[in-house]
Amino acid sequence: MADKSSSHAYWQANVRVILISLAIWFICSFGMGIILRPALKGISVGGADLGFWMAQNGSIYVFLVLIFAYAAKMNKLDREHGVEE
Amino acid sequence: MDQFTLNLIVVGLTFALYIGIAIWARAGSTAEFYAAGRGVNPIMNGMATGADWMSAASFISMAGIIALAPAGGYTQSAFLMGWTGGYVLLALLLAPYLRKFGKFTVPEFIGDRFYSGTARLVAVVCLIVISVTYVIGQMRGVGVTFSRFLEVSTDMGLYIGAAIVFAYAVLGGMKGITYTQVAQYVVLIIAYTIPAIFISLNLTGSFLPQLGLIGSYVPQGGDVSMLQKLDQVVTELGFTAYTADTSNMFNMILFTMSLMIGTAGLPHVIIRFFTVPRVADARSSAGWALVFIALLYTVAPAVGAMARLNLTTTFWPNAVAGNALDGDALSLEAINSDPNLSWINTWKATGLLQFEDLNGDGKIQYYNDKNEAVAAIATERGWAGNEVTKIDNDIMVLANPEIARLPGWVIALVAAGGLAAALSTAAGLLLAISSAISHDLIKGSINPNISEKGELLAARISMAFAIVVATYLGLNPPGFAAQVVALAFGLAAATIFPALMMGIFSKRINKEGAIAGMLAGLVFTAVYIFLYLGWFFIPGTNVYENVPANHFFGISPLSIGTVGAVVNFGVAYVISAMTKEPPQEVVDLVESIRIPKGAGAATHH
Repeated sequence: MADKSSSHAYWQANVRVILISLAIWFICSFGMGIILRPALKGISVGGADLGFWMAQNGSIYVFLVLIFAYAAKMNKLDREHGVEE
Repeated sequence: MDQFTLNLIVVGLTFALYIGIAIWARAGSTAEFYAAGRGVNPIMNGMATGADWMSAASFISMAGIIALAPAGGYTQSAFLMGWTGGYVLLALLLAPYLRKFGKFTVPEFIGDRFYSGTARLVAVVCLIVISVTYVIGQMRGVGVTFSRFLEVSTDMGLYIGAAIVFAYAVLGGMKGITYTQVAQYVVLIIAYTIPAIFISLNLTGSFLPQLGLIGSYVPQGGDVSMLQKLDQVVTELGFTAYTADTSNMFNMILFTMSLMIGTAGLPHVIIRFFTVPRVADARSSAGWALVFIALLYTVAPAVGAMARLNLTTTFWPNAVAGNALDGDALSLEAINSDPNLSWINTWKATGLLQFEDLNGDGKIQYYNDKNEAVAAIATERGWAGNEVTKIDNDIMVLANPEIARLPGWVIALVAAGGLAAALSTAAGLLLAISSAISHDLIKGSINPNISEKGELLAARISMAFAIVVATYLGLNPPGFAAQVVALAFGLAAATIFPALMMGIFSKRINKEGAIAGMLAGLVFTAVYIFLYLGWFFIPGTNVYENVPANHFFGISPLSIGTVGAVVNFGVAYVISAMTKEPPQEVVDLVESIRIPKGAGAATHH
């Protein structure tokens, strides 16, 4: 196992990546899909408004990109901190 | 060849495939029975998770739930975001750490992390309540699909389905279930996609239903978009606009959140991530799972919107190119003579679609008779109320192949797809239940010295027992089939998810806090649901009528899991702060699961 200070830095970095990812997760679904929908009414996506599309399709695409981006970022962090399997 | 024979052949072939896989993938050890020997490729595991996750409700009902929602299709978006967004939480907050922990069940982690057999038992109780309520719906789904396509009774269908699951789950455990789920995923996604592509081509000219959703409406020349057309047609008939906003944003947020954290807390989904070889694979496998789930979940809203538009313009032929009410409603003569419309009588015979010529004018007027403006027109024209008296949600998916006039084998494939969706989810749930019994109860507390061979036998017997119980409950549902999903998600959100998350992200939460938190979340959530749906779902024992006006702060019983989770977190934090810190070895355990290194070695215990 890596030494204590290194694993602590690794965990801090991980938590930071998680918080940023969760912010994106929240904004694209609860934000654009629900709370901000009335404010985004003016932006039209193929016959409906952006909020409608985000709620029914768009947020799912963001979730997908988000998970793979997180996995890639973590693989890099694992190597940088020498904690990979 | 008639449709029935074709259905039998296609469904029979898929069943033969599942049994073949079961014989090939027999489990030889408990590691194989509980976690498929931790040798599953992350992409394969993603596919298996997709089938595990997508139930009969996702496959058959979801598009219709969105399409026919009285308040408009947008208001049901909570299902789309909630049932996919949960995978982000799984990938970020749970799956990699639980894989690193490297044991077999969810209660086992809770028991070790909170150094308490009591915590483990509380988790087992939560797991069994969640999974058993969920599995009843799946067993019903198997029976209903059988009776609809294969001309057997619902009960007979249930027995056949149970026998198939018995064969591959008892023999192969997680290993057999994993590889059958991969096959079941392929069957269900093909069955869902083919009719969707055809309806999208017909209505929008777009090959991809996802683009069709935001495409233009081709039968009218393509000047107007499909969604605008849909809004225009349904509002003209007095229904709420399809894209109308929700009237209760707060409740929609809580409902979406409840489905998301409920998803991340469902034990049968979590244990799928114990099967991959490495921590990094657990992260990417959650992504692959969402890829395979998104293939259905991004298509479902398109299918819903298009099927609704298609159904409406079928009853109002003039709506295709102009306004519905400028022309006549569909005549009974056309329904009985036009071969393109033969599906209407086919589905009327099943009871999923019902209509009646109330005013005896030989035409079927479909409109919202509660809408004043349209009701005024109706009185003027001598209509006697809405004549399409029932459109079942399920028809939006089940009738699509016939509406698009696709060949008989596609219809047979939809039958096989519905069965695959129900069977794969049932098998996953049954494994979660049986491993909790054999590993957490028998090995964990009743007989810790049981041999490897003995435990494998116990696991098989538990599985057989779980199937018998699920079949019995499927045959005699306790009268709350529709509500059970709400309970399962609410409880998973309020009990398992917070306990796991605190176990990983806090070193300070101790056994007293975790146990009190889980019990508080469980009791709070269950009581709120029971207040509206009856104590233990016994009809007539509810305290309040389940209507929005009676809900506290407008929070429906479906959405209460989010509040239950907050209660769990809060109680656990306060109680932990007042009691003794966890011992050093538990702090070391938390530190070790946070680091991927060394995951391979942790599988044996």
